[in-house]
Amino acid sequence: MSATPTIAFDAARCDGCGECMKACQVAKSDDGRPAQSRIRIVRDDETGSWGIAQCRQCGDPRCASVCPAAALAKGGDGVVAWDAGRCVNCLICTAGCTYGGIAFSAAEGHVVKCDQCAGAPQCVAACRRGALRYVTAAKLYNRWGELEDLFVPGLGGCQGCNTELIMRHALRRIGPNTVLATPPGCIPGMGSVGYNGMLGCKVPVFHPLLTNTASMLTGIRRQFKRKGRDVTALALAGDGGAGDVGFQSLSGAAERGEQILFVCVDNEGYMNTGAQRSGSTTYGAWTATTPIGEAARGKTQEAKNLPLLMMWHGCEYVATASTAFMEDFYAKLEAALDASGRGFAYLHLYSPCTSGWRFPSAANVEVARKAVETNFAVLWEYRRSHGLRLSRDIDEPAPVVDYLKLLGKFGHLDAAQVAHIQAHVDRQAQVLRELARAGCGADAVG
Amino acid sequence: MERSAQQRFDYVVVGASHAGIEALRAIRAHDGDGSVAVLDREVRLPVSPTVLPYVVSGKRGEDGIALRERRWFDELRVDYRQQARVTAVDSAKASLSLGDGVEIGYGKLLLATGATPAVPPIDGLAAVRYHVLRTLDDALALRDAGRSAGRAVVLGAGLVGMHAAENLARVGARVTIVEMRDQVLPGYFDATAAARIEAVFRRHGVEILTGRRIEQVVARGDASAVALDGGELRDAGLLLVAAGVRPDVAYLAGSGIAVGRGVVVDAFMRTTVPNVWAAGDVVQTASFFGDTTPAGGILPDAVEQGRTAGMSMAGDPAVTAYPGGVPLNTYGFFGRRALSVGRDAPADAGPDWEVLVRGGTGSEDYLKIVLREGRLQGVFGVDVLFDPGIMWELILRRVELGARAAALLENPEDAGRVLMSGLWR
Ligand SMILES: Cc1cc2nc3c(=O)[nH]c(=O)nc-3n(C[C@H](O)[C@H](O)[C@H](O)COP(=O)(O)OP(=O)(O)OC[C@H]3O[C@@H](n4cnc5c(N)ncnc54)[C@H](O)[C@@H]3O)c2cc1C
Repeated sequence: MSATPTIAFDAARCDGCGECMKACQVAKSDDGRPAQSRIRIVRDDETGSWGIAQCRQCGDPRCASVCPAAALAKGGDGVVAWDAGRCVNCLICTAGCTYGGIAFSAAEGHVVKCDQCAGAPQCVAACRRGALRYVTAAKLYNRWGELEDLFVPGLGGCQGCNTELIMRHALRRIGPNTVLATPPGCIPGMGSVGYNGMLGCKVPVFHPLLTNTASMLTGIRRQFKRKGRDVTALALAGDGGAGDVGFQSLSGAAERGEQILFVCVDNEGYMNTGAQRSGSTTYGAWTATTPIGEAARGKTQEAKNLPLLMMWHGCEYVATASTAFMEDFYAKLEAALDASGRGFAYLHLYSPCTSGWRFPSAANVEVARKAVETNFAVLWEYRRSHGLRLSRDIDEPAPVVDYLKLLGKFGHLDAAQVAHIQAHVDRQAQVLRELARAGCGADAVG
Repeated sequence: MERSAQQRFDYVVVGASHAGIEALRAIRAHDGDGSVAVLDREVRLPVSPTVLPYVVSGKRGEDGIALRERRWFDELRVDYRQQARVTAVDSAKASLSLGDGVEIGYGKLLLATGATPAVPPIDGLAAVRYHVLRTLDDALALRDAGRSAGRAVVLGAGLVGMHAAENLARVGARVTIVEMRDQVLPGYFDATAAARIEAVFRRHGVEILTGRRIEQVVARGDASAVALDGGELRDAGLLLVAAGVRPDVAYLAGSGIAVGRGVVVDAFMRTTVPNVWAAGDVVQTASFFGDTTPAGGILPDAVEQGRTAGMSMAGDPAVTAYPGGVPLNTYGFFGRRALSVGRDAPADAGPDWEVLVRGGTGSEDYLKIVLREGRLQGVFGVDVLFDPGIMWELILRRVELGARAAALLENPEDAGRVLMSGLWR
């Protein structure tokens, strides 16, 4: 069965305004009188928080299993559809659902449930606070799932790491006509270069030095070109291999406009060698080389903003992306791939490190999401022709502490350090806002 | 194919109704390759007994009520055989005999043959023509007879009897319901709720005699008359026997499979014989409450048991023990609704029980919530809406309600949803 869209609810963003229910009542009315809302927001008086009852369009819907009239069935579009012509109104479906997702409507005289408004859910459209989201990433997964997987099935990554997601999906899209460079770091450790003489990818892959990834790819791309072959020269590198040790070759290749697609998987340190600090490590963070002791309180310097540095090289394309926002990531991957046929394309991916940053392995995507929602990691895109554009609104971020508190590496922070990081995040957001407003980059850089 | 050649399947399911169909799904979810056959005695596509009242009332015809189309079985790569009545099980040889002499071997076998109407030993009953309601043929016969019945007697005020009585009343019959116990729908609703339901029936001209027995049935030409325990007579142009069901197990004689009130099974729906499972109305269902609360005989239980059995048969590691049956009912009558989930407090309930009630006397709706040690045991409502599925889950999870019990009494729909949202959504 393929994946299908879903309506997601974020209780933390809900203030119980009820607009979603009103929108549903109107959308489902066929005679002008308000219908019963198919979404119900309820207040928990004990905790003061908001809950939701709405059909979850279960993959294995029990409402359908218990229906004696075969009036409920999961369709190819993912919606559990109710067939008025077959329903006998016995209400057994309401006993089958543990989510309050199908209920009797006295006004309408039969059971009612959410049908996602044929792909345009009105409750989501009415939600002003982003508490309801219509997540359609599944469509992409289905489409991309049909592309060949070019990465080994087994791998040696840490549990919960998002690097597999990045590698697998990127390679699927970029395709087999690729030469892949993976400098020392987590990515070869995960298995790109293989084990025991067996390759870990179905494309030619090599293991350059930490310092010379972009130089070697330059030569490879040029040599293929000379031979009349148009291959994608792809790097999957960590932040150290990109921005610290590997920076001179990266900077040189970008400045020369080499036709390379360089993907930096930024986990803010040298994580596969034991979590040492890098130029991308956040101020205040614990690492093996910025320990916490009586006097030491983590890293004392600011992280450098590598993607902005790359933008000032006047690359063909530079973007930041997050695995919590897959549609955005996919769109940027497409754009970067396209741009790498014309010049240097640089894609910067935030990669929360479950083991090195100390958080539960199930929380990677949530951590990635909070990084973006607090403006800690701002998503933006730069095209040489159009300048810098913000990928999502950054004007009402959550406080950065919402992100910091998720991570063990920040467990020791005092109020002053948190304030310091907040100020840095605010400043950085302001710079990006102004660059975007100026439509900037193009003239200034290009 | 030669009649003597024995066919064999890795999985054989007997009965293509709720329990069987859910088991097929569960088997295929884990084992995509094993050969699977489902055998059903009916000539037609499977029809749920639960839709039959709507056939009797004429709301539904014979068409468009099939539980699944043949295509569904084909897509699951299940060999679906109609008119395949199992007449004997040989567990030593791991094979089944069909009515026409064909033998079928099995690797693993599921018995999901449901139940048949129980017919009480009433003097004279066997000599007259009476109706029961379990199959589509029964329903069509009852529908056709109902139109010209004039006077009808319904024996038993369980769900089947009450549904049928309503349908007969709607087509103009003068209906009498005779129930041995002292209320209608015993086991699902308490006396207060039952009284409210009875009042609605009486308003629609149905005579309800509770705490009464039929002593004798006598033939009167094509029709009959029933003699009640007080000596009174009622004409019965139509007589419907709806005195409960008994598991359909006649074909298991000599199989070595233990049968009590139904097929005896463990928490994974395994019978006492290796490689044989059973699920649905055919089994003796244990109560979730571990007491004498009636369990089984309802559709949601058949589905849960079918899934448990299928997963267990296929060796699905995600299978969990069947928690036991919880009584559940969503009962619609004359456009009204009564819902019941769980058990009522016993007559000798100790101080660990708490019963919260609102309405019920004169006012339009009635709601009763039963707790033990602060945990939900039962919710019963007449004309009060809530989500039975959420209540069922609250009972299964043994959630301590604490101060939320009052909110549940006040607004069971929203309070249940709040609990659900916080606990398992
Ligand atoms: C009128 C009526 C109304 C009901 N209303 C409700 C309700 O509102 N709510 C509720 O929860 N439950 C209700 N029920 C009960 C519910 O229908 C049953 O609990 C449910 O159908 C049980 O499913 P099952 O698969 O175990 O058995 P069944 O549905 O009885 O199916 C058994 C299947 O086995 C087949 N079979 C039997 N013997 C053999 C054999 N020897 N060989 C081959 N095939 C065989 C039959 O053809 C049938 O297809 C109602 C029942 C009736 C009769």
